[in-house]
Amino acid sequence: MATVTREKFDNIIEIKNVTKVFDGITVVDNVNLAVRRGEFVTLLGPSGCGKTTLLRMIAGFELPTAGSIFLEKQDVTAMPPHLRPINTVFQKYALFPHLNVFKNIAFGLKLKRIPTGELDKKGKPVYRKFTKDEIAEKVERVLKLVGLDAYGHRDITGLSGGQQQRVAIARAIVCEPKVLLLDEPLGALDLKMRKDMQSELAAMHKNIGITFIYVTHDQEEALTMSDKVVVMTDGAVQQYGTPKKIYDEPANAFVADFIGESNILSGVMKKDFCVEFCGAEFKCLDKGFGKDERVDLVVRPEDIAIDAKRGMLEGKVVSTVFKGTYYEMEILAADYQFTVQNTVDRAVGETVWLSVEPNGIHIMKKLKTVNEFIGTVVDETLVAFGGGEFEFVNDGTYQKGDAVRVKVPFDKIELTDDEEDGSVGANVTQTFYKGSYYQVQVYTDDDADFFIDTVDEWDMNDRVGIKIKPEDIAVEHTESTELEHAQAADAADASAQAETEKEETEGAE
Amino acid sequence: MQSNLIVAGAKPQKKLKIRGVKRSAFALPYLALSVLFVIVPLFIMLYYAFTDGASGAITGANFVHFFSRPNIMAVMGKSFLVALITTVLCFLLAYPLALVLSSPTFNKKLILVMLFVLPMWISSLLRTYAVKIVLYMLEVSNAWVAVTVGMVYDFFPFMLLPLYSVLSGMDRSLIEASQDLGASALTTLFKVRLPLSLPGIVSGVLMVFMPTVSSFAISDVLGDTSTYMFGNIINQWFANSGGWNIGSAYSLILLVLIAVTVVVANKITKGRTEIGGVL
Repeated sequence: MATVTREKFDNIIEIKNVTKVFDGITVVDNVNLAVRRGEFVTLLGPSGCGKTTLLRMIAGFELPTAGSIFLEKQDVTAMPPHLRPINTVFQKYALFPHLNVFKNIAFGLKLKRIPTGELDKKGKPVYRKFTKDEIAEKVERVLKLVGLDAYGHRDITGLSGGQQQRVAIARAIVCEPKVLLLDEPLGALDLKMRKDMQSELAAMHKNIGITFIYVTHDQEEALTMSDKVVVMTDGAVQQYGTPKKIYDEPANAFVADFIGESNILSGVMKKDFCVEFCGAEFKCLDKGFGKDERVDLVVRPEDIAIDAKRGMLEGKVVSTVFKGTYYEMEILAADYQFTVQNTVDRAVGETVWLSVEPNGIHIMKKLKTVNEFIGTVVDETLVAFGGGEFEFVNDGTYQKGDAVRVKVPFDKIELTDDEEDGSVGANVTQTFYKGSYYQVQVYTDDDADFFIDTVDEWDMNDRVGIKIKPEDIAVEHTESTELEHAQAADAADASAQAETEKEETEGAE
Repeated sequence: MQSNLIVAGAKPQKKLKIRGVKRSAFALPYLALSVLFVIVPLFIMLYYAFTDGASGAITGANFVHFFSRPNIMAVMGKSFLVALITTVLCFLLAYPLALVLSSPTFNKKLILVMLFVLPMWISSLLRTYAVKIVLYMLEVSNAWVAVTVGMVYDFFPFMLLPLYSVLSGMDRSLIEASQDLGASALTTLFKVRLPLSLPGIVSGVLMVFMPTVSSFAISDVLGDTSTYMFGNIINQWFANSGGWNIGSAYSLILLVLIAVTVVVANKITKGRTEIGGVL
């Protein structure tokens, strides 16, 4: 992971192995993060991914269940919020309704003690309060900064949402914190106001030079404002990097799916710089994968070129929508529905050829901990998936012919030397050493992927049997729509990936 | 006509609209009640206060009766003092409890319901007698202490509930914002929580102060002749048939003083009534 930054960088915040558990639910899972002084860092993720909890731990409102938080090399994990030189802009502003604009902003200044530069008899520095004039001057200056010059005497309740937001920001930055935390501060504003505030915040960050840690679920906001983006899901960091890196080189399918529109496909690395998907071979810029390793890959809608005659894949236009500056088309090619953005419109039903330049294809390692399949119930005790028939525990709600979603954890699958001992035969394509165990990738004759975590090493192209205990097969009813939505499964993959990554780093140590 | 409307009031609104009756019709039963039991008695009281019991002629003598007797004015002063002490004690006891009950870590509702409702299930008089027995067992002989303890015990829930309601309705993020800006828990209490709970405080103060200043049952049971309160005096005037005129005048004086208290209290909370609110 790129999250462990070396000492030579000027890290203002360091989060080390922080975990937070609420009522037995792990909300933040072993997060490591370093924020450099003066940066604008955004924590980005869907709601419930733990980003706000992480922010609240930095502010001091929550105590981590495990791990430490450092501010300028000092351990502040257990320091109460009022002693931290950190201020927060709250999601719903949290302005004091009993105070006017001026008094809201002056609240923190009145409590602040500054060293006079003198020492008392014991040699300790002497602190003093700000004078009334100093406070008035600072408040006026910050009001000017947020564009509310003449609003000091106003009541909070009479202000619009945007104005309240500005007061909240002014109140936080007037204390000159070392780090400013912003918890979805623009969430309550309308679109136009949000856009304006985005650029204002970014400009403000440049002007005052305070480190910003910003929480949002809006990927566009994250990409436009930040120096660095931390993509989170299920309490774990998926990727930490510049907006460009995260967009161009998503670390996994979750990040690719969450950041912008994307086509996420399954492919096979034929050799370095060559990947096969949708039955065609494409040139790409990635190397270092095993031969025939199965991979996830992402192709951005704007990176797909359309031509009437020439290209790699033949497809049919399913739908087209005008989006202002471009057309967004759904094109069915080789059983995959591509989302394509192009300035030239194509008629629905038209046959077109698609091609992708090598720099438009980004390859990601397949990482999961649970195998997921769509299967069919064969009879009371058998379910068919992945090319074989397996015994399962039927609670009586599954009937013959039912389509079901099947989940089997990697470590609950047994590989047998003799194909006949298993429920289905498969070929081994990859074996990764994961530190304390091997992760083996096999595919059946039906071209279904299985991942198996095992202590045994298997050689490539070994013919094996797959055996699963009935109680280890989790079966769920499925809506037919879910068949089309492989994306939903991707989110699950990504969470699984966090696990895998954790194990990887543990293995590396 | 009136009874028709009351019957209609119990039916769904949809039907009411067809008949063309406004929503304000729902208030009519209450209006009838208050005319019958508040407005009319008030006028009767006014009539008695300004008339002479024997001749029925209009007179101000009943008020002169009060203002020419320093000992009775002193009793009224004492009543206000007891009410004030009771109110302050109730507040000092209830506020910390309300803080605890409203904190998110505390599993609040069930315990609050127990605390608040259980004593209220028992008749006030019965509870006062219970206090008398407990105080006797504790060998508390001072009548003033006994009366004050009884009043605090009796009216405590009326202080607790508005405080609890305003504190539990308070936006947690305001407390966090205060801490975030450098305020310790104590500073946050005085600079944010207390000022923001002012509507609840005023509401609780009025709900305790008003009944205690005019109460007579508690001092009857727990006190002696030295703890004679203004309520006891009014009660006595009404107890004998010839005293209604003076009793009414005394009641009116008390009413005016309480009204002044409410007006002052409302002034204090003016513009801050977004949470809770005053009676």
